[in-house]
Amino acid sequence: MLEINALSKNFGGLKVLEGIDLVVPNGGIHGLIGPNGAGKTTLFNIITGLYAPSSGSVTFEGRSLVGQRPHRITQLGLARTFQNIRVFKEMTLLDNVVVGMHRHLHYGAAGLLFSSSAFRAAEKRARDRALELLSWVKLDGRADELADNLSYGNQRKLELARALATEPKLLLLDEPVAGMNSVEKTDLMREIDAIAARGYTVLLIEHDMRFVMGLCSRIGVLNFGRIIADGPPDAIRNDPRVIEAYLGRDEDDDADAAYRIDEEPVHLPDLSGDLSSLDSPTEMDREARR
Amino acid sequence: MAGFETHLASFWAVYSNVVLTIGINGLLALSIWLTLSCGMLSIGNAAFMGVGAYTAALVTMKLGWPFPISLVLGMIAPAVLAFIIGKPTLRLSGIYLAMATLGFGEVVRITLLNWESLTGGALGLNGIPQLTQWWHVLIAMVLVLLVLWRMRRSKVGRAFEAVKEDDTAAGLMGIDVANTRMLAFVLGAAIAGLAGGLDAHLTFFIGPQEFGFDRAVDILTMAILGGIGGLPGPLIGAAILTLLPEVLRSLRDFRLVVNGLILVVIVLFLPKGIWDPQRYRTWFGSWFGRRTKRAGGRTEHRS
Repeated sequence: MLEINALSKNFGGLKVLEGIDLVVPNGGIHGLIGPNGAGKTTLFNIITGLYAPSSGSVTFEGRSLVGQRPHRITQLGLARTFQNIRVFKEMTLLDNVVVGMHRHLHYGAAGLLFSSSAFRAAEKRARDRALELLSWVKLDGRADELADNLSYGNQRKLELARALATEPKLLLLDEPVAGMNSVEKTDLMREIDAIAARGYTVLLIEHDMRFVMGLCSRIGVLNFGRIIADGPPDAIRNDPRVIEAYLGRDEDDDADAAYRIDEEPVHLPDLSGDLSSLDSPTEMDREARR
Repeated sequence: MAGFETHLASFWAVYSNVVLTIGINGLLALSIWLTLSCGMLSIGNAAFMGVGAYTAALVTMKLGWPFPISLVLGMIAPAVLAFIIGKPTLRLSGIYLAMATLGFGEVVRITLLNWESLTGGALGLNGIPQLTQWWHVLIAMVLVLLVLWRMRRSKVGRAFEAVKEDDTAAGLMGIDVANTRMLAFVLGAAIAGLAGGLDAHLTFFIGPQEFGFDRAVDILTMAILGGIGGLPGPLIGAAILTLLPEVLRSLRDFRLVVNGLILVVIVLFLPKGIWDPQRYRTWFGSWFGRRTKRAGGRTEHRS
């Protein structure tokens, strides 16, 4: 579905990405992990047209995305969320999502001015669909509130609904659970899984290992601008290069991080029941170690 | 009854000019509101007004074409100009766009000043037929309000708002940011041109100094003072800024001082402008709250 070939990006003399090859097949949830500053968000920015690559190609369903403007790329069926939330804060939740449907509202200037039946029908369809998308992330009850009034976690969910409104085939999520508490994380994890089950392909950047290992069918690891590993979660967890990237060579250096890598992944089917059983062990263990 | 009518007639004889000026200033404030609502600080609207005024006046005087056609051409000319200068300048944002449009305004003013064979230079255009009737201004106002109101409730208005809040996110929602900005800019110029055409045929005389920096700041002040959160704001701002000097006429020399003072006070207490429903709700919220509570109690009692 998405193919990245020999992609490089330099900012002046700084090589942020070097010879990236990455394939995201149709369907499923794919992860992209890597230490801070590895170039993950830069890669997303290139895919969505915010940056131009220095060299290499990005193709989506056979079409090149290089040099396309962001709104064109969105129209081709790619949508994303941001690491630092970018909802439209002064707009209502409903309007936020309806903005995402901009391209799917077909009415001309005349229909708009004279409020033709086609105009009203299109607007109504958009509103209904927006409410449906908001219900996917359980925010439909607050559709008329301003986005600014939402909590951090809920703003992330709103961004997710807004991205879905563009009718994407591939959804790019940039650290979807950053800054969330454990309950919110588990919650969102379940929602992302549900979204993938509806037929959307998801590519996500994440730091939280439990989250990535539990959710993704395939994980790519980026370090210093290169892909150093690519495979299913189990292979990634035991890959010496990945462990080295995250921990450095001397494994006694950072016990806490080592612990996070070795941690048992969370399997989604187990999530249905007791939420606290998920969060508490890690938090408590970490406390105990101090 | 007859007494009332003569009263009205004498009022109109004295104040018709003020009322029509409120209408024209209202159009100007709406023209800059449009670009502001798309997140662009463009202060070229005085220049667009000037281009519209000169075009309309010249079409009437030199070609002798009917008034409606002059007005339409007075809208098209600044719109085309806006399209041309918008291509390179609309990439700029914030204060940089303000500087660029300010520079454009000066270029227009100096061109009007020096193209003597066409514009009459510093002497301006004299003896423009006074064709603007009160209902022309009214129709123009109603049409502009209608268009802006309809736009606001459609995908175009939402795109403006999204671009204003976060143009990167708006682009990634599939909105063509450059075209959206251009639409606001060109439409704003056309509305300013319409105001210019009406103004030229109201005042008998136009000169290049009328469309300079002072006018640009006046227009911006009207919109900001009235509030850019909705359509009523610019109209309220235009009415206040047009009426204040008239109302304060009795103060003679202190007029401008008091005028400025009032504006400062309004901006201090209403930073989002006069039209700010949300602020009034917080100010008088307890009062409204009590009313609704009482109403709620009554229904409960009934059931």
